[in-house]
Amino acid sequence: MAAVAHGHHDAHGHDDHGHHEESFVSKYIFSQDHKMIGKQFLMTAVFMGIVAMLLSVLFRIQLAWPGESSDFLSFFLGEKWAPGGVLKEDMYLGLVTIHGTIMVFFLLTGGLSGTFSNILIPLQLGARDMASGFLNMLSYWFFLVSSILMLCSMFVETGPAMAGWTIYPPLSALPQAVSGSGLGTTLWLFSMTIFIAGSLLGSLNYIVTVFNLRTIGMKMTRMPLTIWAFFITAILGVLSFPVLLSACLLLVMDRLAGTSFYLSDIIVGGEMLTNHGGSPILFQHLFWFLGHPEVYIVLLPALGLSSEIISINSRKPIFGYRAMIGSMLAIGFLSFIVWAHHMFITGMNPFLGSVFVFTTLLIAIPSAVKVFNYITTLWKGSIIFTPAMMFAIGLVSTFITGGVTGIILADAALDISIHDTMFVVAHFHVVMGLSAVFGMFAGVYHWFPKMYGKMMNLKLGYVHFWLTIVSGYGVFFPMHFVGLSGAPRRYYDYSVYGEFDTNAFNIIMDLNVIITIFAILGSLAQLVFLFNFFYSIYRGPKAPQNPWKANTLEWTTPVEHIHGNWPGELPTVHRWPYDYSKPGAEEDFISQIVPLAEGEEEH
Amino acid sequence: MGSKLIALIVIVLGVIAIAQLVRVYELSSKLRNRGEHEVSTGDNNLNAKLMLAFMVFFFGGFIWLMLTYGWSGRGDAASVHGHGLDWLLNVNYVIIIAVFFLTNFLLFFFSWKYVRKAGVKALYFSHDNKLEMIWTVVPACVLAVIIILGLKQWNEATSAAVTDSTRIELFSKQFDWTARYSGLDNKLGKFDYKLTTDNNELALMTSETIDSAIFNMENGVTGIKAIASKLNDKNIMLVPEDREKMVSDLSRKQQLIRLLYQMKARHNKNVDASAWDDIIQKDTLYLCLNKEYEFNFRSKDVIHSAYFPHFRAQMNTVPGLTTRFKFIPDITSVEMRKKMNNEKFNFVLMCNKICGNAHYKMKMIIVVLSPTEFKSWMKTKQKQSFKDIYFAAAAEPVVAGADSLALTAEAVIK
Repeated sequence: MAAVAHGHHDAHGHDDHGHHEESFVSKYIFSQDHKMIGKQFLMTAVFMGIVAMLLSVLFRIQLAWPGESSDFLSFFLGEKWAPGGVLKEDMYLGLVTIHGTIMVFFLLTGGLSGTFSNILIPLQLGARDMASGFLNMLSYWFFLVSSILMLCSMFVETGPAMAGWTIYPPLSALPQAVSGSGLGTTLWLFSMTIFIAGSLLGSLNYIVTVFNLRTIGMKMTRMPLTIWAFFITAILGVLSFPVLLSACLLLVMDRLAGTSFYLSDIIVGGEMLTNHGGSPILFQHLFWFLGHPEVYIVLLPALGLSSEIISINSRKPIFGYRAMIGSMLAIGFLSFIVWAHHMFITGMNPFLGSVFVFTTLLIAIPSAVKVFNYITTLWKGSIIFTPAMMFAIGLVSTFITGGVTGIILADAALDISIHDTMFVVAHFHVVMGLSAVFGMFAGVYHWFPKMYGKMMNLKLGYVHFWLTIVSGYGVFFPMHFVGLSGAPRRYYDYSVYGEFDTNAFNIIMDLNVIITIFAILGSLAQLVFLFNFFYSIYRGPKAPQNPWKANTLEWTTPVEHIHGNWPGELPTVHRWPYDYSKPGAEEDFISQIVPLAEGEEEH
Repeated sequence: MGSKLIALIVIVLGVIAIAQLVRVYELSSKLRNRGEHEVSTGDNNLNAKLMLAFMVFFFGGFIWLMLTYGWSGRGDAASVHGHGLDWLLNVNYVIIIAVFFLTNFLLFFFSWKYVRKAGVKALYFSHDNKLEMIWTVVPACVLAVIIILGLKQWNEATSAAVTDSTRIELFSKQFDWTARYSGLDNKLGKFDYKLTTDNNELALMTSETIDSAIFNMENGVTGIKAIASKLNDKNIMLVPEDREKMVSDLSRKQQLIRLLYQMKARHNKNVDASAWDDIIQKDTLYLCLNKEYEFNFRSKDVIHSAYFPHFRAQMNTVPGLTTRFKFIPDITSVEMRKKMNNEKFNFVLMCNKICGNAHYKMKMIIVVLSPTEFKSWMKTKQKQSFKDIYFAAAAEPVVAGADSLALTAEAVIK
């Protein structure tokens, strides 16, 4: 019923829907309402994010003060993994691996896209709900189960997966090679398998909803950029996640069934294996065929959210709406033919490398278009600094800063000497980590009134933003210099540099202390957010219907959530969503449901 | 005791902080006679100024980092192609730093300049084909330059080594490196991982090593016969898990022994010589100035990465696959120490692909010698070809003089 889009069908179907009492279980737990599911995603992701951030603080302490006893470490890890308060080497790798996995998949894929696609797609398109409420519910439950499995994997006796978030075999396939490749990796693989299933259910639902459930007048070219971003993200997810699933399944086979997809000629722990003919590089191809689109699965929703927020708070139409869509499509397309730039020095044919240099650097063009369009949107605007707006501006800054270093890494010749160094870690944390997290914060601050019917505190939002951007850059800017000194990533202790190059040793050790201090500061700053978030849910002032004076449809729904979103008929759309400060209009915004005035031209 | 006190203080301070936050929260909403959705002009202007201040701090921080820590903490390149790469890195740096400054400046400057002002309405400016054309075409042109320059260097760095370049194999395992010089014939002997035994760690292939591997697998302490007799011995009680393990071990070894016999049948004795004259070298890798080296990389267990930060070279080592990389060292260790102004400096080969818990310890010192020094070092290794070592070990299990070897090597540098 909810799937029927057109207004005249729904008028009678939904009035009674809004009234009948729902039980606690069907409203809060096994909910099929997209708004509740979105909030469930958000809560789960916030929890996972806190865990992953805590893990990063734990290993940052080790990196800044290697070998020194820390009560903080022994409190969290106990005698087994931090004997005497000093982190164990195995657990260091485990922390790094799980930090990366949770951040990339559970916070920035499940959390970001899951939360905002769910909340905004039906609301901004003028739909009663997702195409399939049931599949939508399943997608959340798969996500939750995979989250729980991933968390459980940290508590097994042999430790969590330790082969890095990319779990390259043979390391991840051989329990003899590292302790985490036992049960820990098995759980990792099962968790990711379930995660992928959930992500596919979600993505298919988003795509179908965008195609079929747009309200009357909501042409594709009148959709807000948020929806375009979620739509393209969902397509990327549907096309690439199955490849990761197959990569994982083959790895499971190698681990459990004795096949040799990725293994060949190996002697490990004194044991001569019979596997022959497999190729570890095959895994890398499969992994990065997901892995690179994944970067944009993480980033595009953040860019979509910030497009909307920057336009609203500059009180200007987004500059180059069609160019923004075009560049997102171009980025989406190109993201499928660049994967091997992660593999320039794996022994892959250098000619193949050249091709990937070319395609990879092409992505810089649509990215540049997006950046300039953002900047032009600010130009001659009338900017209002809401916390959401500030995070969106922060996003553009980190997208630039992290993007330009990508040009160095995409250049195969330069990649030779900085591949797998801390420079890479710095690059992707700025461009993907900070940008996507900023986008997520921007989204939470902006749509909090829609999600909870309450307002978050502005002042605390400002404090949170400034502390976060300063510490974010404080962590990752110096990290580039650590990498340029030659420091490889995933090293447990950089003081080994003292044995051959004391200059580099000094640089690395100094900067590592600075980085860790900023990391701790940044984590503490998130407490301000968490307080603001949870306190506002219960005690925040009631939100007005359209707090930011925005044009899109979600602000035409009542503040109190009802099943089916709009009490009466579905709204009809008459214009694009970016009519801000349109000359001749009385106010500086015109909602999409307002018909064109006589003689008025659509943008 | 001390740590518990600190924990207590932290908890108390945390509670106070939360209480204060609640007060700020409540007061700030009460004091304002507007909702949280309306940003006051004061707040708005303050944040606009902070945007500008942040930009100054941000740029200042970057410049400070640049001045303090420099382009590259690795020092100048020490290989021929490395100079080209450093030049390319500088070109790219100039471009991206210019873009970084320009776009970040515009972003923060506009944020500050166009803050909401009473009576000023935003400009309705939705698109402009000309502008959009400019910022599509200009980046495209700049990127074309970057791509062309980059590919040129990439092709040079990865082209096939010249035929008379010296071949060295770098063998990686958890958690160390072993080098194998190709000896007088400049030809690396064949290998097969199944030939790995205690006195043939690199699994080189010769008629003798094949026989010895077969013998070992059949009659060794954990050989097929030993396992089989243990499994069949009625007097030994085995825990089920152990028995299972031994059964699978046995079947694995039976499979391997068949392959070894096939290898023996197909083996051509003529290739033995190329393996026998190879020279195996641990701990320190000695290279000769201005000589082109083609490194062949091998891995025994998991993926490692041979990372030579100072030579601007890197290649993964992949089990089951031989990978290659070539470079010409063009500065000796002694000269580099002077240049780096650091008496203790050494070139190094590190592992740069996560490979297990001691990943960070996996390295090998590299010493670049002048041609004469290198020649005299090579002389000390002449009597230590694989053949010498192998048969010496067969005759007398403990080889004396591992220490004296290292000593002579040190003497050569001095």
